[in-house]
Amino acid sequence: MFPDQQKFNDMTQYLYKYRFWILYALFSLTIIFSVQQEWINAYIQLVMMYIGINIILSSSLNIVNGYMGEFSCGHAGFVAVGAYVTSVLNVWLFVSDRVFGAPVVSENYALFLFPVTLLIGGIAAAFVGLLVAIPSFNTRGDYLAIITLAVNYIVKSAIENIQIIGGARGFMGMRKVVNAMHDLWDIPWMMIFTLVFTGLTVWIIWRFVSSTYGKGIIAVREDEIAAEIMSVNTQRMKMTAFMLSSGLAGVAGGLFAHVLGYINPGSFTIMKSTEVMVMVYLGGMGSLSGSVLSAILFTILLELLRPLQVIKWVVIPLMLILLMMFRPEGIMGDREIKDIFRKKS
Amino acid sequence: MNQSKRLISIVFMLCMFLTPLLWAKQPVIKIGFNIPLTGDIPKVGEGSMYAAKMLEEQINESGGILVGEKKYLLKFIFEDNEAKAESATAVALKLITQDRVLGIIGPQASKQAIPAGEICDSYETPMISPWSTNPQTTENRPYVFRGCFLDPFQGPVAANFVTNEFKAKKAAVLYDIASDYPKGLAEFFKRAFEKIHGKGSVVAYETFTTKDRDFSAQLTNIIRSGADVLFTPQYYDEVPLIVKQAHELGWKKPIMGSDSWGSAELMNLCGNDCKGLFFSTHYAAAGAGGKTLRFINKYKAKYGYTPDDVAALTWDSTRLMIQAILNTKGLTGKDRKDRKAIKNQLAKIENFVGITGKMTFTPQGDPNKCAVVVRISDKGEFEFFMSVCP
Amino acid sequence: MEILIQNTLNALQWGSFYALIALGYTLVYGVLLLINFAHGDIFMVGAYVGFFFAVLFTGNSFIQLPFSIPLWLVFILTVVLSMIVTSFVGVTLERVAYRPLRRKGANRLYVVITALMCGLILENGNLAFFGASRRLFPELIDKTIYSFGTINISNIKIMVILTAITAFIFLELIIRKTRIGMAMRAISYDRMAVPLMGIPIDGVIVFTFVLGSSMAALAGVLFVTAYPVLEPYMGAIIGWKAFIAAVVGGIGEIRGAFVGGFLLGFIEIFVAAFFPSTLRDLIAFSLLLILLSFKPTGLFGVSRSTKI
Repeated sequence: MFPDQQKFNDMTQYLYKYRFWILYALFSLTIIFSVQQEWINAYIQLVMMYIGINIILSSSLNIVNGYMGEFSCGHAGFVAVGAYVTSVLNVWLFVSDRVFGAPVVSENYALFLFPVTLLIGGIAAAFVGLLVAIPSFNTRGDYLAIITLAVNYIVKSAIENIQIIGGARGFMGMRKVVNAMHDLWDIPWMMIFTLVFTGLTVWIIWRFVSSTYGKGIIAVREDEIAAEIMSVNTQRMKMTAFMLSSGLAGVAGGLFAHVLGYINPGSFTIMKSTEVMVMVYLGGMGSLSGSVLSAILFTILLELLRPLQVIKWVVIPLMLILLMMFRPEGIMGDREIKDIFRKKS
Repeated sequence: MNQSKRLISIVFMLCMFLTPLLWAKQPVIKIGFNIPLTGDIPKVGEGSMYAAKMLEEQINESGGILVGEKKYLLKFIFEDNEAKAESATAVALKLITQDRVLGIIGPQASKQAIPAGEICDSYETPMISPWSTNPQTTENRPYVFRGCFLDPFQGPVAANFVTNEFKAKKAAVLYDIASDYPKGLAEFFKRAFEKIHGKGSVVAYETFTTKDRDFSAQLTNIIRSGADVLFTPQYYDEVPLIVKQAHELGWKKPIMGSDSWGSAELMNLCGNDCKGLFFSTHYAAAGAGGKTLRFINKYKAKYGYTPDDVAALTWDSTRLMIQAILNTKGLTGKDRKDRKAIKNQLAKIENFVGITGKMTFTPQGDPNKCAVVVRISDKGEFEFFMSVCP
Repeated sequence: MEILIQNTLNALQWGSFYALIALGYTLVYGVLLLINFAHGDIFMVGAYVGFFFAVLFTGNSFIQLPFSIPLWLVFILTVVLSMIVTSFVGVTLERVAYRPLRRKGANRLYVVITALMCGLILENGNLAFFGASRRLFPELIDKTIYSFGTINISNIKIMVILTAITAFIFLELIIRKTRIGMAMRAISYDRMAVPLMGIPIDGVIVFTFVLGSSMAALAGVLFVTAYPVLEPYMGAIIGWKAFIAAVVGGIGEIRGAFVGGFLLGFIEIFVAAFFPSTLRDLIAFSLLLILLSFKPTGLFGVSRSTKI
């Protein structure tokens, strides 16, 4: 009896420790099953995928704007880089396209290599993030805002000038890639990929924030000079934080491109950056669960208010201003969901 | 007290349950409208919505349409795509899967029509874009049609016109590089013009970005290039600024436009500077007759201004959709089958008489239609100058 | 040679708008350390208010005045009244949105987000209440074009440039020579000490907003005189670019804002003149970034020292 009891305790301890991920896995499986059985219509599926993408966007921006306390307002630029790199790679490799010609590799590989191209898009975006991080070592606060703003404009303008990927006309062909995946095995791949990468992102950020890096960037936010004195390598912290933030944004961009099937530079303007910033501040700077919650709320709110048409974009900023006045820390402030449901010990 | 309260709530609940049954008594045909009510071109959305609402009222007041042996009322569902590609896609999906429409009219601008068309085609729902002139909208998409001519046709129309009318040998182009429609049309014009006059005859090919207000640098280059005519395929809110600044910098030669000029707002914003200029378009309000004139008068009486080409094209496209529904001679009530039937009927339509001209669909889903060149008269009206047919 | 002169004149006019708006940003930042992102939309409000007054005075609206006013007087009235009304709007914004947050001692970033949201409300509120139509600003000034060979300049251009320079000199005088200007400079050095010296902080802040918003309104009316089409989103892009100009010039310094605005105007016009105009935004922003990397606090900016 005694050894079994021990094993049982170990198992329950294990399950409890990973309860979030187990719940998430169950949740994802339910969703995928429902979609496969066509219980959820395509519009709701689209909204759910948008929610996932927005979660990645807001939590990635939270690293820089929330935990590190900087003011980066050009997040859409990194999303654009990821979106275009992933899409161009996929279309070039896997499908026949008017510009790129016949597929380089058989389209059967689309399914397996999609995560790879997505990550390549993320790495490209992280590289651009590095280009932003380097000048930021000398400046802080409001000057960083300018740099990120300018980078956003530059990326958008650069894409508009590259005719081979369509320029202002936009780039299409991602739907063929998704169809290729479905040809192999007909399950809802984009939903699966979105769920997987959203979970991965949240996990990565959680680990990052709990590690010494996380503590380091919070120290930078509170008092950079003191942190430097306390032997925190602020340069390395900033660089890593920026690269992680922009890399994840790039991944979100790649997902966005394949969910929508069409991207054009007009989707990645300052307005989009502003929307992401709104989600971060709504959730609370420095709270990961806050960003997740606010992304969900914000996406649903946007869709619910669609019938309001013009008034929608008066109501949403108004609600945010009221929020800023009465609860400026956002929904979660500084805390995580864990802190609210704290076990009585 | 409690007794009456309970009675009231029971009656109330009964009413709530029964009303859907009441509604169900009226068979309706649902058509979706994917239009830009907010964003950069809200006037386009407004014109589309007004024309469609006018048609809906007209038909419903006369009792609806008779398909086969059943009479149906029309229900138009208007959704705002905010002039953004993501929203246009979300709206298309919503109309198809949640509202379960039989067909979709719109989006209008090519930037939204192209991605929305992909959705409609994969979900096998017939779609007509009244205003999009980019070839990519209907290319390889059996379910997507359009109600107007294409840019590859419009470009040469403009190039030929300026050659014959103004005897132009050198041309200048000013267009918005960040927007799909002007960019495409500028390219088609350049190709056509250089085919006639040789390579390099387009001596100035200047660009700007959407929302720009100052064109002095580009116009300075254009004036110095020695071109005989300026072609600028821009929207009604940019044209007045371009034309005024060109005149301020000393440009006295002709200026040619495209169908995006054709809004009711153009003369409100442009005034005297635009008088005497030309543009190619789908229909001319001044000097119209017959059905076209009836439409214009009705619209003007109801909404207070002369309808622009978007309104006229939306009217025609919606009537095309309804005609196709009539031609099916009976709907089964199953979405997939009905949508397929409607699409097949649309493809077969021949010599449909619309207020913007006669239409027959090619296998691509584009209509064979004539273009009209309009001259802005000294009274500020759009008067018919000549028509060019393929 | 003539291209240079023509484009220099073009750039001076275009830069004047950036300069005027950037001045407003700098004033508010210098005093409050707040980037008032709604400033570009205050510019738009100024333009629209000017439009309504102009239409009213030229007798084109539904309220008919019993007498007719000569057009040049209409113009001056429009400018002055627009500046006054827009100042009210700016001060209301400060009172309603920024002051409560300041009282609470909220993090500066929250105020910035509030500013961003106020800007959005102004834009979309305009669209919602006044509809989708673009408006045409009535012609109040007889446009005369002076030609020197192939160089053309209109009297409006000259007026815009002169007004910008005058505004700058006026502001410099206020900041350097008056007591309230001194109070403004004091607040930017040390906010906590100023009330101790018996200076009413709130009053000075209100005055700053009045100044900033009037400059924006002036820019707005001049803008629609030169480019007569009004639309609700006209302030958005210009606002962001003027902000960048202000920072490159050195935010907090009026001279910086002035020079930064003209610098951006020159870069944009000349890049469009000599390079394919498609590359304009790309080159302009890259140049600005390079400038910033050499002088991180901007051209005239003073690096703030923080006590450890």
